[in-house]
Amino acid sequence: MIVPLSHALILAAILFGLGVFCAVARRNLIMIVLGIEIMLNSASIAFVAAALRWQNLEGQTFVLFILAVAATEVSVGLAIIVYAFKRTGSFDPGNYSMLK
Amino acid sequence: MTSYGLLFYVLAAVTVAATAVAITRRNMVHAVVYLIVSFFGTAMIFYYFGAPLLAALEVIIYAGAIMVLFLFVVMMVKVDVPGEVMLPARQWIPAAVFGLIYLVVAFLMIFETRGTEAPLNLFSASPRDFALYVLQNHWFSIEVISLLLLLALIGALQLGKSRARPGTGDEI
Repeated sequence: MIVPLSHALILAAILFGLGVFCAVARRNLIMIVLGIEIMLNSASIAFVAAALRWQNLEGQTFVLFILAVAATEVSVGLAIIVYAFKRTGSFDPGNYSMLK
Repeated sequence: MTSYGLLFYVLAAVTVAATAVAITRRNMVHAVVYLIVSFFGTAMIFYYFGAPLLAALEVIIYAGAIMVLFLFVVMMVKVDVPGEVMLPARQWIPAAVFGLIYLVVAFLMIFETRGTEAPLNLFSASPRDFALYVLQNHWFSIEVISLLLLLALIGALQLGKSRARPGTGDEI
């Protein structure tokens, strides 16, 4: 008998909010990708807590897939960021206006 | 509330605090290192919720591989952050108000939903049971994920290979 599910969900919600803040308010592409990582991580916490609540391994399985997708997203995302940095010399998304 | 239940709040507080520190750092190396602390806390929460294999994977993949990738990129590229400017107040105050409203509504919904107030029972999925479950019920998704990882590898190689320099004329 440990904590109620609601507290785990609230922890996930707070972490998700922090991730959204990081992704929206920071003007740095690397911090934006970090914010997305934080959001995926908070979703994982919610899934694991739900798996414990219903004693069902489906939630943990989903976290496995989230891990794989996060790894994919980060590798391709960082490659794109490095490429964009080589083209423009900046991490600020406001400077990426060469299509204008 | 047992003393074992108290551990969750300690872990949650450390995780949230480390994340909050991480997302406000100007120096990206500091941010990444604080985020590693946060992911270790998450791994312990996974273990606490009865997912030992996922806790190990969280440390290996998130805190190990992904964050080291971030560190590599931050260290490879010379960053001269000229100081990010905060958005003017009339822009971020409405966003903050709307976000807070959503967060409060989410909290209320969580508390109003039946079944969320019952304490969770201790339960632990051994890595063997978990692996058997995944490979018996989701073997096709595992194949799709492996294909996705292969595509990510090819995409990252392709992006890293291009030698575009601004102004040299060989840009795409």
